[in-house]
Amino acid sequence: MSEHEEHTTHSQGFYLLIGAVLLVLTATTVGAAFVNLGPFNPVVALLIATVKATLVVLFFMHVKGASEKLTGAVVVAGFFFLAILLSLSLADYLTRSWR
Amino acid sequence: MASTAVTANQAPKLNYLNNGHSLKSWLLTTDHKRIAILYLISVTTFFFLGGFFAMLIRLELLTPQGDLMQADTYNKVFTMHGMIMVFFFLIPVVPAVLGNFLVPLMIGAKDLAFPRINLLSWYLYVVGGLLISHVMLTGGVDTGWTFYSPFSTEYTNTKIVEAGLAAFVAGFSSIFTGLNFIVTIHRMRAPGLTWNRLPLFIWANYATSIIMILGTPVVAITIILVAVERLFHLGIFDPRLGGDPLLFQHLFWFYSHPAVYIMILPSMGVISELITCFSRKRVFGYNFIALSSIAIAVIGFLVWAHHMFVAGISLYAAMIFSFLTFFVGVPSAVKVFNWTATLYKGSITYATPMLYAFGFMGLFTIGGLTGLFLATLGIDVHVTDTYFVVAHFHYVMVGGVLMGYLGGMHFWWPKISGRMYPEGWAKLSALLVFVGFNLTFFPQFILGYVGMPRRYWQYPPEFQVLNVLSTAGSSVLAMGYLLPMIYFLWSLKYGPIAEANPWHAAGLEWKTTSPPPTFNFDETPVVTWEAYNYDEIPDKELEAPVVR
Repeated sequence: MSEHEEHTTHSQGFYLLIGAVLLVLTATTVGAAFVNLGPFNPVVALLIATVKATLVVLFFMHVKGASEKLTGAVVVAGFFFLAILLSLSLADYLTRSWR
Repeated sequence: MASTAVTANQAPKLNYLNNGHSLKSWLLTTDHKRIAILYLISVTTFFFLGGFFAMLIRLELLTPQGDLMQADTYNKVFTMHGMIMVFFFLIPVVPAVLGNFLVPLMIGAKDLAFPRINLLSWYLYVVGGLLISHVMLTGGVDTGWTFYSPFSTEYTNTKIVEAGLAAFVAGFSSIFTGLNFIVTIHRMRAPGLTWNRLPLFIWANYATSIIMILGTPVVAITIILVAVERLFHLGIFDPRLGGDPLLFQHLFWFYSHPAVYIMILPSMGVISELITCFSRKRVFGYNFIALSSIAIAVIGFLVWAHHMFVAGISLYAAMIFSFLTFFVGVPSAVKVFNWTATLYKGSITYATPMLYAFGFMGLFTIGGLTGLFLATLGIDVHVTDTYFVVAHFHYVMVGGVLMGYLGGMHFWWPKISGRMYPEGWAKLSALLVFVGFNLTFFPQFILGYVGMPRRYWQYPPEFQVLNVLSTAGSSVLAMGYLLPMIYFLWSLKYGPIAEANPWHAAGLEWKTTSPPPTFNFDETPVVTWEAYNYDEIPDKELEAPVVR
């Protein structure tokens, strides 16, 4: 039992900084929507969104620095099931003869 | 046998039921047992409401003409039946009632890990229930419980957003239950209760919780996407706006197929407890049954597009999903074969819970095997959207889940209420449920195979005989479901006082008093034995455990 797991506790300022970075990235997404990148429009938007989600998961959800193995298992399981959703849906979408 | 737990045969003066009588002591309780009772009351209410809609459907289908209600009304009636039964009865029923009551007791804990989140989950369920009641009273929905786009996003003018919100809120209630179970089972097991000694009901609820946590957010997001497309015309599912029409079905079934396993897995856990107790034997192949629950939870996430074989998915994807669907039959079969092997040379008593367990094994096997018919691409094309499918999923979801739930309710009723139910009436109701169920749903296999489509309020006259049989069966089934409610309520006052362990069953929940004290155990039990050690438990109920 690890009742004394050491969450890496950050200062309030650190969280405000992460919050500010998230806001800047949101503004970047909006800005990028006004630039026509052709087929790269969704790629850029998804990249920014992934960076934002990673920041939230690592810092606001305290996954970075969590010593609890269960936390790691939950995170890995979450991504594993997301991969199943995406890959099997694409197995249909990318092979439709009528598309 | 080592046992350090309380083994009093008299009900303690202060137990969870009489520890506070005010309404507030119930509505603000954080006791998992009281929350289970709150869930029992609310889930039963919705069961009878959903059953009322089922009877309306069967009455309409008694005659070939659409004479009881308009076509539009019929659409709303079967939608409400499906939504209420799926989201407000079948999904929560076993985890939220039996699971809530039993998980801490079975692992020797004082409560769940997050008692207040547990109470919050019940309140969310109630809010979802009020929302769906509001929808029901102010016009209803007509899409079927599946909300298929583009009908839901574009064409229907019924209360889609409100109904979606109800399912969304109820979904969070089930996420909270799953979260609570996972943390509790990981962190709060009694000393000595290793993973290999856990009751199979706990394994089943653990597997269910994984699905609840990983699947439910996806359907929640899908509902939001439907609302967003409907309200703001964002192109998500509509191809004219750049969306993909099949994306809705992919997202919806990614949750809603595993949801069937949310319903059936806890019932399978119940059956493992019943079969071992009433055949007085250690379960055959403990590890296989335990891991087959996890296998069902994982493989269950790989099969969803078998709901979409005729919807226009690629043949390549259809073949993959067909194969994977056959594959999920393996762990389910492992369970059924192992239960059967457990019975072999057991000393079997035919108490009511065991009758339900037998009923489960028969009906679930029919439901599961007809699932393999539907996994076969060629046959699926023939019977998609016919009554064959309706019969198949009722055999799994009603024949399976309800049999397990009722078996479990009878088995643990002495623990929950401190009273025994009347065995004779209970056996009669088990018989009525089994006969009524088969009479209702078996004719539907034939109807579907000869071509009667589902979701129509009228049909050609040659289908009438089988429909009359089905409607007649549904009234027998309704009697079978009403009886337990009546005699359970009767037994609260007039039933004989139950001992701590009336079935001489294994399991920590039987080592405390009936009904248990608020914090379950006076001393934390220390487990030094394997699960289902029936060879070490005195076998005096060979002469029938409860005679009345």
